[in-house]
Amino acid sequence: MKVDVLPHVENMRHSTPSYTSEKANWRTRIDEDGIFWLQLDKKDSSANTLSEDVLQELDEILADIEKKPPKALVIDSAKPKGFCAGADIKSFKNHDESGMADMLHRGHAVLDKLVALDMPTIAVIHGHCLGGGLELALACRQRIGIKDGLEMGFPEIRLGVHPGLGGTYRLTRLINPITAMTMMLTGKSAHDKQARKRGLIDDLVERRHIENAVRAAIGKGIKKRRRGFGNYILNTLIVRKFAAKKMRAESEKKAPSANYPAPYALIDLWEKYGANTHKMQAAEVQSFARLMVSETANNLVRVFFLHQSLKRQAKNHAGIQHVHVIGAGSMGGEIAGWCAMQGLKVTLSDQKAEPIAQAVKNTEQLCNSKHKSNAETRDALDRLISDMRNTGLENADLIIEAVPEKIEIKKKLYQAIESGIKPDAILATNTSSILIEKLADCLNNPARFMGLHFFNPVSKMLMVEAIGHENTGAEVVERMLAFTRDIGKIPVRVTSYPGFLVNRALTPYLLEAIIMLEEGIDKTHIDDTAKKFGMPMGPIELIDQIGLDICIHVADMLADSLDKPVAKIPGSVRKKAENGKLGKKTGEGFYQWKDGKAQRGENSSEKQSAKNNDDQVTDRLILPMLDACVECYRREVVRDLDHLDGAMIFATGFAPFRGGPIHYARTRGVNEIITALEKLCEQHDERFKPDQGWQSL
Amino acid sequence: MAQTTSHQHNEEVQALPGRPVYIIDGTRTPFIKARGKPGPFTPVDLAVQCGRPLLLRQPFHPSDFDQVILGCVNVISEEMNPARIAALRLGMGDSMPAFTVQINCGSGMQSIDTAYKYIRAGDSDLILAGGAEALSHAPLLFRQQAVEWFATLNRTSSFVKKMKALAAFKPGYFKPVIGLLRGLTDPVVEMNMGQTAEKLAYLFDITRRQADEYAVTSHSRLHRAQQEGFLKNEVEPAFSNYGQVYEHDDGVRPDSSLEKLAKLSPAFEPPHGKVTPGNSSQITDGASWVILASEDAVNRYKLKPRAVIKDSEWSALSPSIMGLGPVLSSTAIMKRHQLTFDNVDLWEINEAFAAQVLACLKAWNDADFCKDVLGLEQPMGEINQANLNVDGGAIGLGHPVGTSGNRIVLHLVNAMHRLDKKTGIATECIGGGQGGAMLIEKV
Repeated sequence: MKVDVLPHVENMRHSTPSYTSEKANWRTRIDEDGIFWLQLDKKDSSANTLSEDVLQELDEILADIEKKPPKALVIDSAKPKGFCAGADIKSFKNHDESGMADMLHRGHAVLDKLVALDMPTIAVIHGHCLGGGLELALACRQRIGIKDGLEMGFPEIRLGVHPGLGGTYRLTRLINPITAMTMMLTGKSAHDKQARKRGLIDDLVERRHIENAVRAAIGKGIKKRRRGFGNYILNTLIVRKFAAKKMRAESEKKAPSANYPAPYALIDLWEKYGANTHKMQAAEVQSFARLMVSETANNLVRVFFLHQSLKRQAKNHAGIQHVHVIGAGSMGGEIAGWCAMQGLKVTLSDQKAEPIAQAVKNTEQLCNSKHKSNAETRDALDRLISDMRNTGLENADLIIEAVPEKIEIKKKLYQAIESGIKPDAILATNTSSILIEKLADCLNNPARFMGLHFFNPVSKMLMVEAIGHENTGAEVVERMLAFTRDIGKIPVRVTSYPGFLVNRALTPYLLEAIIMLEEGIDKTHIDDTAKKFGMPMGPIELIDQIGLDICIHVADMLADSLDKPVAKIPGSVRKKAENGKLGKKTGEGFYQWKDGKAQRGENSSEKQSAKNNDDQVTDRLILPMLDACVECYRREVVRDLDHLDGAMIFATGFAPFRGGPIHYARTRGVNEIITALEKLCEQHDERFKPDQGWQSL
Repeated sequence: MAQTTSHQHNEEVQALPGRPVYIIDGTRTPFIKARGKPGPFTPVDLAVQCGRPLLLRQPFHPSDFDQVILGCVNVISEEMNPARIAALRLGMGDSMPAFTVQINCGSGMQSIDTAYKYIRAGDSDLILAGGAEALSHAPLLFRQQAVEWFATLNRTSSFVKKMKALAAFKPGYFKPVIGLLRGLTDPVVEMNMGQTAEKLAYLFDITRRQADEYAVTSHSRLHRAQQEGFLKNEVEPAFSNYGQVYEHDDGVRPDSSLEKLAKLSPAFEPPHGKVTPGNSSQITDGASWVILASEDAVNRYKLKPRAVIKDSEWSALSPSIMGLGPVLSSTAIMKRHQLTFDNVDLWEINEAFAAQVLACLKAWNDADFCKDVLGLEQPMGEINQANLNVDGGAIGLGHPVGTSGNRIVLHLVNAMHRLDKKTGIATECIGGGQGGAMLIEKV
């Protein structure tokens, strides 16, 4: 008999104990052994967050427990997704600094009450246990993790703050303080075994053994935990001073203190008060409140919500099981590998076997870099099927074309394959420079055709532009937005326009950098200035990374198809490209490249770094990018300014702490930007002429 | 079974009772030469590499199979029941029954034969049958004394006893035993496979030159097949995790010549023997699958049968002359169907050793042997070598033991279509003293 049994038996155990629900967000029961089981079940939400009402109710429950102490208290979550995803970020929006501090004090009082209970207190944790959720768990005497999918960490730093409900001192006291600080400074979580190894949890068990694990934990009683001698040493003042110095230097590389205050505030806290819990608690509250109302935190919280809103564009799942990728070059190969890692069946077609082999190898490395287990990596590679005869075409739900950027090659391919694909399959092109409608007109059924533009390197860039043409079916666009989200990327919906949104906006920034270079400004100075503004990489280095040939191709395409002037590429740069100095891929472009890194050489940018010059360079780089963004909005390439900001942040790394190009422009003042552009226009030429769209912004 | 006496040359060979069983499609990986260290693929890796393109091109879903049967001799410890692991990794579903069969060098054919019998009897309609072998992964084994020493060490508890146990160690314990060599040595007659070939060469008077000539032909036939694209739909490329692609059998030596082969020393019975690495099959890794279907499955999924299996036979003899196995098995089938060498159009005899294949041919042409052993009034005669192993064999390709039996059936089907031949027999000798054969007919 052939029946797929597992789905039928997986939920067979229905004998869940019954809880009482006197509170809105908590369910309680006391079992036959006198153990008090407290379950967090946030009202009207699929995930638990630690909002004020949740803490208020917890306070009331703890008061009852104090009056009539049970044998032990166990806290877990009723949500399948996880224990608790953290504080409710939205609730922070309405407070000023002192209001924030008041709110934190109330929260601290509740958790302190939990800490003071004179009985075993145990957090049973599955799935996400982040931020405030972890702080709740840390206020218990013991933590038991449930295997598979456990994720514990403090991601606060990404929102421009540090933990604020006791995390800074509870974590540094519980585990190796250096590890604790690293977790908080990087925002990176610990998973499953790693959490156990670091001491975040006392036990890691299968869900089926929770009852026994809890009883064993209770059996250990409540004797005071003594921290190890090693951790004690690491928390002494002299070590803290030394480590703090290193941490500051390390943070400066990733998040300069000028733009990101939170890491430094956190390091200060630990360095100063690491040995004194009470003082550190008071300082944590003050520091958190101050950071939370800062502009950086404001903008980073904005970025968080932009991410959410872009992902929410698609409601349903795309229902794509099998993707057929044509062209195993670097883009096609990476797209295929990414999809396979995300659990899809992928057939990868190319006329040659070698690029497919390379894609297999890259996918293995991708899986390793994402900490996939051996079995997960093996399964991903098993799903990535080489298909030199295009056999997968006829069964695929989605065909992604990634062949060279030649309109005739693409058209010829479409005509050859169109009749062979499933009636409801979607055909997408990964073109970055050809207008979608120019390709659509060769198809019998253009309604199922659109652009799906991934960015290089696919493994790192979250953004994907979903580009419909006039006749793309509405449900096709909807499904591609959903597909993009299903594979863990962020979609942005744009219309077909030269360079679409991201390349249209980014190219003027790159071209201006080349022109400044031609004017004699040092390349490292240009790059450093852009990085000071907050870009993740300087424009000259980025050109090398993308490849001079591709940049020139896109710039020429824009010059040909836009009715606005575009900066001209100097002949010397074209010559460089013709001589094969294309950047990273050939080992030399503007920089020499060694082991995948640009060699900056000796000529430091210090000497040119006068304040005035800096601002001038920054404006020349950034303002043309903003202007192109405004043009794209005016031409309805993208209809939502928040989506525009999100796309630029997630596709180009545009300074996240500035909240996106439009947000930056508005913060600085639209009129000031127009004036600055007009001034540049006088000094140089029409390429700086402010777009008419600025007026209505 | 009823036997007709009025058999005519052009008439179809007679079917056995039961439902017809069709060969629908099949592929294999390139056979990859073992180069002194574990190759890039385990047996299951090879089965997956081979199975993916095959399943991809079918009009039905992988879970539509009734079961999966895989031949594999050297199962590695991480892959017990490789058939089932391969089925799961090929996305054939949790509910896919799968088992592994092992009859040594005939395992890949045994899987087809087992599937054939299930379908013929009406128990199954669609079966994936294959063979997979990674000889380069054959383990290094600990000596039995070393294992016992370990066990003693683990059992003792007190410090003194432990030290005593430790002191009992002898360096020779750690001299590893190469699993592959063990596997290729018959424990009953204590001869390795090469020695059995030496014995046949002696008994049937095969010269070194004859064996070398046969080997040269084998290489040149395989080389031609690769050049002409005869293997195009049969061999699918395999991709390793490390970015290598294997597109062709890499053991072939197009420049093989009598002069070169003559320089090689005997490998198994030096210095006087005749069997050298040059006229023996190579040690390689590879996998092969074929799809077998009943008439119902053919109709249900609108499949195009390429061949029909008419009969099969296993036989056994002394391990010391295992190379004659094909003669016993094939003759039994030919007698049942009243076939002669004139009306079997194509032959695949697995080339374990050149001398062994030549010994089979001589046996069939030997009046005494045919009379005494095969019970024939007249000798069977001579197989036209133009119809035997038309595209080379294991001497050029290698002999991944669990796979070869599957490969020769698959290749026989493909060769019959290319050359438009009707009837063929695939047969192999089997270490331990057995033989297997299968009669198929082009559809």
